[in-house]
Amino acid sequence: MSTQVMPTQIAATFAPMSARRLLIFGGIALIAGGMLFGDIFAVFVLHQNGGQTGQTLLAATEAVRAGNSLAVKQIFEHLGGLLEDHGTKLDAHVHMTDAGYLAILLALLQPYVALPHRRKKLLAGWFVSGGLFLPVGIFLIHYVGLAYSPFASIGWASVLADTAGAVLIVVLIAEAWGLWRFLRDNSNASEPALPVDRTWERRTLMGGGVVLVLLGFLYGAWYAGFDLYRHEAREVGILKTMLDRATVAQGGTVMAVANYGSLAAEKAVKIAAHSHLIEFGLLAMLLSFVQPYVQLSDTWKRRWVIVLLTGSIVLPVFVLLELNLGLLAGGIADIGGLLVIVGLTGMLVGVLRYGGRLDAVSGVSQ
Amino acid sequence: MSRARKLLVFGGISLAVFGMLYGLHYAVFVEHQTLDRMGGSLAEAFMGAAEGNVLEVDRAVDVYASTKYNYVRQVDVHSHWIGLAMLMIVLGVALDGVALAERLQVWMAVALLTGSLVFPLGVVLQTVRHGAVWASMLAILGSGLVTVSLAVLAWGFIRQRA
Repeated sequence: MSTQVMPTQIAATFAPMSARRLLIFGGIALIAGGMLFGDIFAVFVLHQNGGQTGQTLLAATEAVRAGNSLAVKQIFEHLGGLLEDHGTKLDAHVHMTDAGYLAILLALLQPYVALPHRRKKLLAGWFVSGGLFLPVGIFLIHYVGLAYSPFASIGWASVLADTAGAVLIVVLIAEAWGLWRFLRDNSNASEPALPVDRTWERRTLMGGGVVLVLLGFLYGAWYAGFDLYRHEAREVGILKTMLDRATVAQGGTVMAVANYGSLAAEKAVKIAAHSHLIEFGLLAMLLSFVQPYVQLSDTWKRRWVIVLLTGSIVLPVFVLLELNLGLLAGGIADIGGLLVIVGLTGMLVGVLRYGGRLDAVSGVSQ
Repeated sequence: MSRARKLLVFGGISLAVFGMLYGLHYAVFVEHQTLDRMGGSLAEAFMGAAEGNVLEVDRAVDVYASTKYNYVRQVDVHSHWIGLAMLMIVLGVALDGVALAERLQVWMAVALLTGSLVFPLGVVLQTVRHGAVWASMLAILGSGLVTVSLAVLAWGFIRQRA
């Protein structure tokens, strides 16, 4: 039970209400929240949205066959809404998790940021708030639309998202300025550096993370080299076939629409497998640094590491297998995502316990 | 701070800020218009078909394909620059645990930084002239540099002892 011991050196790197603590709590919470949202999106929205898009496209071909261009226009307005619904939810998921990654990264860099502690804390608060409001703004774009907006094509939700994005950039520039001052003045670290350890958890997360990132790179290179251009050419071919068939009132439009849907699904799962491999790899690497702050028994720390890495490989592999195994693979992929969330939440609980115990010992909570 | 760590951390932060500024610029000034053009051209193709105008269909589908080609790459560039930047910062912080000679660490850091800059740059240059071989070669060179340097660093992590 090595975690019951609380060395003062580690405790000093996790001061109460410090920028680092705020960034680590906020970062893990943003990642867990973003992933939970992604899982909910995959289970309850993704497939239904795809089905509705296919139906709408089929209705458009029917309108083409009837020679009704006005109906085509109306159907496409509806189709635009469906695509916006899908795109904004996907973007909200990606931006929330990515903001979480950046928050943990900034936590790692705090010793080398030569700025006053109060300013660092303020920047950390801004960053976590920006990381929360950016995906919230993106999510609301579809629902708020252009209501009460003074702009031609940008609604209030977009303004919220863009402002939050700008806040993140300002914080990053300020942190970079602090790093530059550290480098220029050749000063000592403003707070203790992260404890260096070589525990099984840390090495497994770091090694597993690097391997996952490498696998993601290799798969991405394969996709760019062999699939990307082929998919783009196929999409144009299918669209032209679909419209040709509809124009001359021949059969086969249903088949063309189905082919279009299959192609969209193939593209989506391949890109998702590539991006999730890399993102989970990066997450594992980041979490390896947080391990000294996870106050759990060694057995439980190892369990959460195994759960997280298992989910990290299960999700992308079974997302890819959706093309062959259909919804069964999709369900297993969702369970993989859930495993990552569970592992992450387990670690967050450990970090919260550590913070709470530290505060109790130092008397901050009184 | 070792030279390799400085390169990875400061290079990574600079690249992340650059990638975000690029994304913000794209979101505010380009993306909405691009999405309008993409959706509009697809709708025009279908309306052209409804009116039996084959030439309009071909033109509109080509505009759609060209716009989507650019859109996919522009969004990819934004996310790849930021993703690679985060990877560089993490590796910079973790460099203590890499069992590699310091000189090799510096070379790997230079390769990773160059690759992370050049790979998305090659992708974005593909939108300047569609199908440009030199732009694809630049992207391949950049991604190769990133992959090889990461593989070497992974080997360094594996070699470290408990």
